[in-house]
Amino acid sequence: MDLFSYAFMQRALIAAALTGLAAPAVGTYLVQRRLSLMGDGLGHVAVTGVALGLAFNSSPIWTAMLVTALGALVTELIRERGSVNGDVALALLFYGGLAGGVLITGVAGESASRLQEFLFGSITTITVSDILVVMALAAVVLIIAIGLAPQLFAVSQDVDFARVAGLRVRVYNLLIAVLAAVSVTVAMRTVGLLLVSALMVVPVATAQQLTRSFRATLAAAMAIGVLASTGGLAVSAEASKYATVAPGPTIVIIALAGFAVTWPVGAWLRHRRRLTSPFADVIDEHLPTEGHDHDHGPACGHVAVPHGDHVDYLHDGHRHAVHGSHYDEH
Amino acid sequence: MSVISLQDGAVAIGGRPVLRHVDLEVDAGDVLALMGANGSGKTTLVRALTGLRPLATGHLDLFGVPFDRFHDWQRIGYVPQRASAASGVPASVWEVVASGRLTRRRLLRPLSRADRAAIAHALEVVGLADKAKDGIGQLSGGQQQRALIARALAGEPELFFLDEPTAGVDLPNQQALADALGVLKAQGATIVLVAHELGPLAPLIGRAVVMRDGRKIYDGPPLADHEVHAPWIGEVHAHHHTEHHAAHLSSHAPQLRSPLEARPEGSR
Repeated sequence: MDLFSYAFMQRALIAAALTGLAAPAVGTYLVQRRLSLMGDGLGHVAVTGVALGLAFNSSPIWTAMLVTALGALVTELIRERGSVNGDVALALLFYGGLAGGVLITGVAGESASRLQEFLFGSITTITVSDILVVMALAAVVLIIAIGLAPQLFAVSQDVDFARVAGLRVRVYNLLIAVLAAVSVTVAMRTVGLLLVSALMVVPVATAQQLTRSFRATLAAAMAIGVLASTGGLAVSAEASKYATVAPGPTIVIIALAGFAVTWPVGAWLRHRRRLTSPFADVIDEHLPTEGHDHDHGPACGHVAVPHGDHVDYLHDGHRHAVHGSHYDEH
Repeated sequence: MSVISLQDGAVAIGGRPVLRHVDLEVDAGDVLALMGANGSGKTTLVRALTGLRPLATGHLDLFGVPFDRFHDWQRIGYVPQRASAASGVPASVWEVVASGRLTRRRLLRPLSRADRAAIAHALEVVGLADKAKDGIGQLSGGQQQRALIARALAGEPELFFLDEPTAGVDLPNQQALADALGVLKAQGATIVLVAHELGPLAPLIGRAVVMRDGRKIYDGPPLADHEVHAPWIGEVHAHHHTEHHAAHLSSHAPQLRSPLEARPEGSR
């Protein structure tokens, strides 16, 4: 790991860790409101922002954030109007963002490869001033996403209830939209604008395979995000000795691999939970089984499900309960 | 002093008048059932009373304060229709119930001991204390409904609005629900609930308001379930509503829209 003794790799590591922490924190709220693709859409809008920055020779980070935040606010206002076809409206905005970005880059005489740095990330060319901006923005995202978690949770969970509870629903909705825009900007240099959404959504999808509460999902998603982004950076640095391995896509692939590993476990846990949830306590009529050779018990290998004051053992479509020296069909 | 006072209330959805000329006075301690057929405006009335639907005309006072200046949200507990219980990320029963405490919490402060006690108490009243750590999505429909009631309860309000608490809930769960509401009634809470059929809730109800086609047609002692839909209720001369006629009445807003247009019916 002597690669990390280089200053540029240390900067890259800090940027990756911060992105991995901030993106899933916002992503959790987006997934909660079933807006998983919002990050992707904002990434497209940010392309126009980057192109504007390049065209006017100002810092692409700031123009990207400005344009993305604007796009996020417009998106949120369209959504707030309660349009059933809101997703179509969003699509219009997103394609406009991408097309505008490519068009402006061309008109301004910038090369497409300059734009590509932002589309797919260029974490190893990050400068010290970039790092400071990323740190500040990530701190803002984390403070709001964690500090206002009870309010943001309530607004995302049940808008009507939150409104009657006196919460300023619109302010919180716009806040989440702007947070999403800021974290898109944070992740821009790490995984790039076209893959931003992956870092916001995939760790959340992975976390919720194993969690049952919102807070656990939020915490686990952030931990998974950091593991994936720093791990992806390390793997791509190691692999770069043998071939061209870009960090951005590596981070996303590692995050997806995490999901692929967790999903079967989550599916098994859910199956198990369904199977062992107690049966309703109904008095059954007495139906003894005939010719039952097997002895049921805690270690017999059959699923034991609570049923009133006893347990039923499940096998071959039967529910068998111990009754004296025989078993009853329940 | 009346807890709710609505005078000549009217609500328009997408420009079409839905509720018209509704007067409603609810006193402290009243347990009132809003009844009526689908599309009669009972849910719209509750949404108007909670401020989720703006009044087109009319005047609404809550606890003697004009609605525009009303900020004592901790005095109100709202239990929406159950469809909103699940979301994209798992949430535990405790977390959902805890969000009901937000009416009394300040920004950026951790839960106080009183907050935790209120949440635990709310879970106990609805009989879900042992399910606190379960995911809300794993509960049955009736248990989810009880969790939503616990959420409203956690804020320790004086006035409850429940929108169809018994819809799609089996009988044992309706009974558990009725028991929880009985506890609230005994504590002197004011309860306004929307219901198609009262079932086990019937003994709690002290007053019934029947809506038909956006108007209040009956306000008085509780009615038996079958009486609510009787054509003679609230009409000077009886005429029979055919099925076709009823379907026509319930379509307050035509279902026409283009991508950027606001949804005419409801915002959920």
